[in-house]
Amino acid sequence: MAGVSLAVLATAGGLVACSSTSGSESSSSASQAAGGGSYAVWDPYPQYDKSSEWVKLLEACGTQAGVKVERTSYDTSDLTNKALLAAQQGNSPDVLIVDNPVVSTLAEAGVLTTTEENKLDVSAIAPNLLAAGQSGGKTYGVPIGANTLALYYNKGVLDKAGVDIASVKDWTSLTAALEKVKGAGKKGITFSAIGTEEGSFQFLPWFWGSGAQLTKLDSAEGVSAVALWSDWLKKGYAPNSVINNTQTTSWQEFASGDFAFAENGTWQLANAKKAGFEYGIIPVPGKAGGTAPAPTGGEFVSIPVQQDTARYATSQKLVTCLTSPDNSLTTTTTLSYIAPTEAVQAKQVAATPDLKVWVDAVKAAKGRTSDDLGTKYPKISEPMWGGVQAALSGSKSPQEAMAAAQSAAASAVQ
Amino acid sequence: MAARTRSGQWAAWAFLAPVAVYLLVFYAYPLYRNVELSLRNYTVRSFVQGHAPFTGFANYIKIFGDATFGPALWHTVVFTVVSLAFQFGIGLALAVFFSRNFRLSATLRALFLVPWLLPLIVSASTWSWMLNSDSGVINVVLGAFGIDPVNWLTSPDWSLWSVTIANIWIGIPFNLVVLYSGLQGISPAIYEAAALDGAGGWQRFWKVTFPLLRPVSAITLLLGLVYTLKVFDLIWIMTKGGPSGSSTTFATWSYRLGFGNLVPSFGPGAAVGNLLIVMALIFGLIYIRVQRRQAHT
Repeated sequence: MAGVSLAVLATAGGLVACSSTSGSESSSSASQAAGGGSYAVWDPYPQYDKSSEWVKLLEACGTQAGVKVERTSYDTSDLTNKALLAAQQGNSPDVLIVDNPVVSTLAEAGVLTTTEENKLDVSAIAPNLLAAGQSGGKTYGVPIGANTLALYYNKGVLDKAGVDIASVKDWTSLTAALEKVKGAGKKGITFSAIGTEEGSFQFLPWFWGSGAQLTKLDSAEGVSAVALWSDWLKKGYAPNSVINNTQTTSWQEFASGDFAFAENGTWQLANAKKAGFEYGIIPVPGKAGGTAPAPTGGEFVSIPVQQDTARYATSQKLVTCLTSPDNSLTTTTTLSYIAPTEAVQAKQVAATPDLKVWVDAVKAAKGRTSDDLGTKYPKISEPMWGGVQAALSGSKSPQEAMAAAQSAAASAVQ
Repeated sequence: MAARTRSGQWAAWAFLAPVAVYLLVFYAYPLYRNVELSLRNYTVRSFVQGHAPFTGFANYIKIFGDATFGPALWHTVVFTVVSLAFQFGIGLALAVFFSRNFRLSATLRALFLVPWLLPLIVSASTWSWMLNSDSGVINVVLGAFGIDPVNWLTSPDWSLWSVTIANIWIGIPFNLVVLYSGLQGISPAIYEAAALDGAGGWQRFWKVTFPLLRPVSAITLLLGLVYTLKVFDLIWIMTKGGPSGSSTTFATWSYRLGFGNLVPSFGPGAAVGNLLIVMALIFGLIYIRVQRRQAHT
């Protein structure tokens, strides 16, 4: 009996001890924040640690708004579920930075405030970038920056094959260039057609570049985009490994120096400089020429719904600090993004002329959840990457693969 | 006297409480939540705001009618049966081999444990490098013998075999270790008697080793089955269940439904997960039954 009561005492003591420590912790952090309290910011940038420019920027914005910023970073694939769970428990962060196609999902769940509620100013943002954060006529956040896809090329390989990059203007001339490269004993093009969202992201410039719409995957245009890729594989212009490539493994193939082209994003620019060969970048060509619309990448800064609506005013200051035209240059340079406003884009090109091609690509780009697709997009995207995989692996013809994808998408969207 | 027994009972309950609470919090509740999740229609909105409508078996009907169901079931069965057969066969052969304590046998046995010790992400990534269609070492070796490269991970005809081969490699050490310790429990006197009666090597294996190893074999196979049914990380890292679903098992399908999409469908995902639990449970019950019958005879 005595033993039991001792045990109970010990547990109770433990509980008391716990609660007293956590109490002192929260009171000390509150006093540090100089009366303004602390504001939680979640971002998907675990690669930046405390000493990074990004975190310094966040802290500076906090100081400006008179509060302490508590930053937590998650892996981007983890963040959606974390945000949903936090909303379910009623402890959402004050500011949430989240990948753009996720915005419509979180908005649908009722997790995010609209710009009417949080008073964020989005008037300067390029409409094609803002569209990914809009649904039902409401806007749920501000793009912090944008990136997209383009074609990197290896100058040495093209010279050897006798290809003039200026001649690559549409699908026919690109395929002809790949043929020459293969004839010269080198490898043509690498991309990522993996069975995840990444595969759809990489396929979309070709899909949209053919003139196809996501609402009809098996249109003649859509099928022609799949046929383009599967012909490249059949003729050996692209390696079979693309079916399992992530964008990172695809980049590693290109960095080996054997490939003429690689479809990849703005974020590889720093690696391209380290690759040890001369490279160039062209936009992904449309089927009949011109620049194909590539999907936009990059995050939105949003303000999740709080019980205490008085917090929005300070959250709004924090977000404005990160995204206002004056600070956007610092933010986008820190995160190596293209700015979401034309004025800042012009400043970026003035500072780094290399970025010109990316700014053009971003201007032509399109949000995956745009065209009011919203939460329908993920239900279309999954059958689409499945269809691309079926065609590339040869288990179905492009026509059959896209017809199957369309019927799966149609029943999922209902 | 009565007071003493009562306090003794209290003490008994107090000792029981930690394990009971542990079981409830970490086993019963998650299991209950998973069943509940599979019986309701959760959308992202109802997940956050609550009030997901109860829909009975609608999620189950949905997954049974899904085009992925048939192939995923077949892949799960093939993956599990083939993995178990080879893991057990090779593991047993190695265990018998190592039971004749020769020189360096302990060192060699330790080396065979390496696959079991490596983190799965390391072994799965290594396999997927080795099996790469264009730059993988396996295709290079095949090429040296004049065999055309095989698209191990990117061909719908091969992807399931590739993940199965990798899984067999990972599972052999477990079978080896358990069966080896089972062999240690068989008295050498029986082998001696069998040898004196004129039994050859094969006869000694089939008439002595195999029957006496049956209880150990049964538990090895059961544990292997439960483990193999739920293998997820290996397949996800190597093929993501692709290309176009050709290596999708129930485990990867459940994950894809619940987490692999921007808009998660928790209900159907939980339903597929429950099917896996039921499958493992059935075999667990069969095992208990067989064991009981053995105890009777």
